Amino acid sequence: MAVNTTWVFVEEQDGKPAAISLELLTKARTFGGQLAAVLLGTGSAELFAELGRYGATRVFHLTPDERLPTAAAAAAMAELVGSHAPDLLLFGLTSTDRDVAGRLSARLGKPVISNAIEVAIDGDDVTVTNEIFGGAQLVDTVFRAGAPYLVLARPKSFPAEPGDGDTPELIPVEMPEVGQAGSAVVTGRHVEEREGPQLEEAAVVVSAGRGMGSVDQMAIIEELAGLLGAAVGATRAIVDADWIPYSRQVGQTGKTVKPDVYIACGVSGAMQHLVGMKDSKVIIAINKDEEAPIFGVSDLGIVGDVHKVLPNLIAALKAR
Amino acid sequence: MRVMVCVKQIPDPASPYELDPDTHFLRRPTDQVLDDTDRYGVEMGLMIAEQTEGSVALVSMGPAGNLQGIRQALAMGADRAIVIDDPTLRGADSLATARILSAAIGREGFDVVIAGTESTDGYSGVVPQQIAEFLDAPALTFAKKVDLDGERIRIERQTEYGYDLVETTGPVVITVTAGVVEPRYPTFKGIMAAKSKPIDQITAADLGITATSGQEIVAVRPAPERAAGEIIEDEGQAHIRIIQLLEQAKVI
Ligand SMILES: Cc1cc2nc3c(=O)[nH]c(=O)nc-3n(C[C@H](O)[C@H](O)[C@H](O)COP(=O)(O)OP(=O)(O)OC[C@H]3O[C@@H](n4cnc5c(N)ncnc54)[C@H](O)[C@@H]3O)c2cc1C
Ligand SMILES: Nc1ncnc2c1ncn2[C@@H]1O[C@H](COP(=O)(O)O)[C@@H](O)[C@H]1O
Repeated sequence: MAVNTTWVFVEEQDGKPAAISLELLTKARTFGGQLAAVLLGTGSAELFAELGRYGATRVFHLTPDERLPTAAAAAAMAELVGSHAPDLLLFGLTSTDRDVAGRLSARLGKPVISNAIEVAIDGDDVTVTNEIFGGAQLVDTVFRAGAPYLVLARPKSFPAEPGDGDTPELIPVEMPEVGQAGSAVVTGRHVEEREGPQLEEAAVVVSAGRGMGSVDQMAIIEELAGLLGAAVGATRAIVDADWIPYSRQVGQTGKTVKPDVYIACGVSGAMQHLVGMKDSKVIIAINKDEEAPIFGVSDLGIVGDVHKVLPNLIAALKAR
Repeated sequence: MRVMVCVKQIPDPASPYELDPDTHFLRRPTDQVLDDTDRYGVEMGLMIAEQTEGSVALVSMGPAGNLQGIRQALAMGADRAIVIDDPTLRGADSLATARILSAAIGREGFDVVIAGTESTDGYSGVVPQQIAEFLDAPALTFAKKVDLDGERIRIERQTEYGYDLVETTGPVVITVTAGVVEPRYPTFKGIMAAKSKPIDQITAADLGITATSGQEIVAVRPAPERAAGEIIEDEGQAHIRIIQLLEQAKVI
């Protein structure tokens, strides 16, 4: 077998491993062989134990300082790769993972395949599957430059399921000096207040696009979401227009969601939006343009004006 | 400051994209456009250059075609462009692309390199980070705001939970999101001036390097299709159908 050792990069978020890392650890368990985590974060006994439960038998622990940690983390990982020779390195498609994976790829002179939705190992071939054209086609790519193979995977490509692994061996690793590359410092952190269900976990997502017309109309979306116990999602168009924060963006560069019901309101259904929501169980779209691509993935498409359909829907839900 | 902006010419997204069945590479017509994502980078570059009495050079790798996309960026106000077009680079992966771009940038010298967060046609989203590593520079990524304070560059770095304030001095790579600035439209004067701005067309050999792809596409196949849904016209009753569906899905 070409892949004897897999490492999963884990970014600590809110004192916990980022959700994507647990998905990747779960997937990596199916490869057999050795499994380790490279943790970037403060760490805690509870967190290490959780990584162990998900299958990591070792945790290489990098503790960030006041610097933007990406350059130093990549340098530290390159050192570790040199001494431990893992075969496969898995990262998630998040800001920090992308920065570390990109830098590490350059440092090692090994390609990184991004946007993976599947990773398969067959003898000496590691094949990565990507979606293109908004998910209409699948592309299989194999590495031709030898190990280690670097992969950046899309969130929610694999389910996260704990195993019964023990507390892993802990290996603290220095964050090295990397000169100018490591000169950026983090001077502040702005964490948004989060109300209601999490976008990635909600059973229902009510998503808004530019077709809502203006930022004031977002109140209707909030009201509908409130009535359904839903999370509010958004297209990049209205994130860029500052109607709603980036953390609500669904799609290629935003979150991936797979709720029971996704209600798209005034969303055209651009390819980059579709890849973030097309695997929802039931998709309902309201758009006044019958040609809108969102209808191509919808279970129920309503050709109509959001400013008429949504108030009717809200009134009917309230009357129940 | 000497600003270098990485820009990509891409097939017009308004017409459907196709892969070449033999190579599996994206078909690239002679007429390509400036990636919309990179208009933000060009604007940011122009703003930095204007504030610091600097210059903006574009750097681009890929089939040059008729250079229409490059001229779009020059028409916005960039001073000149370096275009690396080389048949040996067809189908280059992100690492090979970053090797070439960083060699071209390194040869010129820079204070700031600006790139988009991901390209519209490739969207690997790692080329700028790879460039930063090759140039030994920090990468201030996912900037939704960029401030210049003398030598100091400070950005708001978009994260999954909000944003971080990140700052540095000295040579830096910045990636900008589409919300960072409002790109200017080329003026008539700008469009005319772009026709005579210098475009330096070079090959990998001119940079003294070779770069080959470390990955190969082995199959392209259709994704499983979703069953066609029901489409109804709203005549004041559509919400009733929505409610039925919500009930069926047991979410109300
Ligand atoms: C590299 C890259 C990454 C990207 N990443 C993302 C991403 O992560 N997520 C994302 O969403 N986008 C992303 N995009 C942007 C994407 O291409 C689209 O531009 C965006 O999704 C469009 O948003 P929209 O549907 O809100 O706006 P539009 O495309 O403008 O659509 C608005 C829709 O509203 C309809 N409408 C108008 N008025 C009404 C009304 N009164 N009632 C009903 N319907 C109405 C219109 O018919 C139209 O279909 C990305 C683009 C690039 C290049
Ligand atoms: N071939 C290229 N030529 C110039 N710039 C590029 C090229 N490929 C990527 N870039 C830059 O890197 C950013 C991210 O691209 P990508 O990594 O392909 O998603 C783009 O927005 C460009 O600024």
